Amino acid sequence: MTENNDNKLIELRNVHKSFGKTVVLTDISLYVKKNEFVTLLGPSGCGKTTTLRIIGGFERPTRGDISFDGKSVLNLPPYQRHVNTVFQKYALFPNMNVFENVAFGLKIRGRQSAEINEKVKAMLKLVKLDGYDKRTVLSLSGGQQQRVAIARALVNEPEALLLDEPLGALDLKLRKEMQIELKNMQVKLGITFVYVTHDQEEALAMSDTVAVMNNGEIQQIGAPEDIYNEPKNAFVAGFIGESNIMGGVMREDYVVSFGGDTFKCVDKGFEKNEDVDVVIRPEDVDLIDAKEARIKGVIKNVTFKGVHYEMRVQAENDYVWTVQNTVMSPVGAAVGIRVEPDLIHVMRRAAG
Amino acid sequence: MKRSAAYPYLAWLAVFTIIPLILVLYYAFTSVSDGAVKFSPDNFVRAFEPMYLIVMWRSFVLALAATAICFLIGYPAAYILARKVGEKKSTLLFLLLVPMWMNFLLRTYSWLTILERNGIINNALFALGLPKMDLLYTREAVVLGMVYNFLSFMILPIYTALSKIDASLIEAAQDLGAGKMNVFFRVIFPLSLPGVVSGVTMVFLPAITTFVIPNLLGGGKDALIGSLIEQQFLRVGDWRFGSAVSVVIMGLIVIAMSLFYAVDSDEGEGGLF
Ligand SMILES: Nc1ncnc2c1ncn2[C@@H]1O[C@H](COP(=O)(O)OP(=O)(O)O)[C@@H](O)[C@H]1O
Ligand SMILES: [Mg+2]
Repeated sequence: MTENNDNKLIELRNVHKSFGKTVVLTDISLYVKKNEFVTLLGPSGCGKTTTLRIIGGFERPTRGDISFDGKSVLNLPPYQRHVNTVFQKYALFPNMNVFENVAFGLKIRGRQSAEINEKVKAMLKLVKLDGYDKRTVLSLSGGQQQRVAIARALVNEPEALLLDEPLGALDLKLRKEMQIELKNMQVKLGITFVYVTHDQEEALAMSDTVAVMNNGEIQQIGAPEDIYNEPKNAFVAGFIGESNIMGGVMREDYVVSFGGDTFKCVDKGFEKNEDVDVVIRPEDVDLIDAKEARIKGVIKNVTFKGVHYEMRVQAENDYVWTVQNTVMSPVGAAVGIRVEPDLIHVMRRAAG
Repeated sequence: MKRSAAYPYLAWLAVFTIIPLILVLYYAFTSVSDGAVKFSPDNFVRAFEPMYLIVMWRSFVLALAATAICFLIGYPAAYILARKVGEKKSTLLFLLLVPMWMNFLLRTYSWLTILERNGIINNALFALGLPKMDLLYTREAVVLGMVYNFLSFMILPIYTALSKIDASLIEAAQDLGAGKMNVFFRVIFPLSLPGVVSGVTMVFLPAITTFVIPNLLGGGKDALIGSLIEQQFLRVGDWRFGSAVSVVIMGLIVIAMSLFYAVDSDEGEGGLF
């Protein structure tokens, strides 16, 4: 997508949020473009829900601004914002049946009953719940309740749909199916999604843009590929996929020491002898003959993962490497570890 | 739960509910003529004489009025209570419950000193140069006594129902475009109905059968059902007629309550739309 300011549907600028003395969000800046699928990804408690609630209008930033289409909505209550939310625990109205739940927003806005009927029916069909109109919501399975919640939000044709861990309560198989369905729906309807999850696989699979959060701060924003291939710091590297993360020292440009030796790398621009984090993806590690290697170790443990084997290698300096390879080395074998210079990622230590 | 664990309760039920009920029915449906006890509808025929129908009607109307007033005061009170948090909430709940720890008679007597001719209100009126009023021994005083004594039976179940409503439901309604009014009438109020049903039941039943309140605050001028039954048992000694009136009023309560529950469950199915 092109960099175009008019394109920013939702924008948070330097948003801070505290509850009393507890600081929950620090300087969150983020924008969501029209038709984009943006995911807030981070461990539990990092502030994802709070960020989403600020967009929905349920919390007010302590500092900073939030705008829709370039206009500040700081003072707009939830019911005047053209976004709808799919809540973490669905929040369906237990006193209403499926039809009434989905029709709620349209009724509030005073639509004609013929129009309501048509739209609700169409929406129930879209989420594959046609025929469930009269069912009480409590008689539905978790997956079905989830669909009702999505239909109830989408029927209002919001400019953006906010989803807070919408698949969190579903079992793995259903979750995978719903990931695909939700993504298809988003593309087909051309609706902007702001999606919250702590599941990095889900985030990578569905999103156009991922914002990785930790401790109330955005660590990195980017396309899934960029976040995965070029993590900006050790936290992102560790949270997205598996990684070998070691402390090291940047000797000079293109030279880094870690694991008891010094290696060539492709990073530059650090202070001389700056302490850094060195990140190496398990699939980027080659196992070679121990005699030819500068890092030697012993295979401690092998797990078959379907496409590849995952091996733990106890290096001489005590670090346990995670290595993924389609060829298995048996437990107890002495091996050497080699990593190509461009696959060694050197990162600044996070302050503090 | 094991079946045997229910036996003590069944025994309790038998001794204190079923047996008395059977005795009441026995007295109600029998009369004594020529020294012999025999089955007879006489007591009921008498219970439906206009004089007693008026008493029943009056009891019904006063109890209904007290229930309605309790609802109008109690719902907002419960609502405010449910939205408060922390210490304020405990304090309010405490203040609400304290009068309930006082003896029922004492609580009702206290109104005598407030309402009587030389009571607090009339003295205040007098001090302001206004004429004194007959406040005591009126129907209003009886309703006041009922409201005062039974209000917390309305507030507590509604408060409980309101507290149980998940805050995310309210947020979901706001999210879907509902302002304060819509949130209340489409979500909060329908979800609090079970509490309203309990509250109405718990106020209406004691109100329609009370005899202490009309005796003390009504001065026994306008007899109510409770006083009528009490009189038959304790003063006149006509247990058979007293039992028949009890059975009639029990029947009326069952009918009134089942109508009320029927209306309620209609609303529970989305009747508010
Ligand atoms: N209303 C609140 N009052 C106080 N603390 C809160 C409140 N809401 C959230 N928090 C705190 O803010 C932090 C972030 O919460 P949340 O946004 O729910 O995180 P996430 O959705 O990423 O798990 C947590 O430590 C949580 O305890
Ligand atoms: Mg959350």
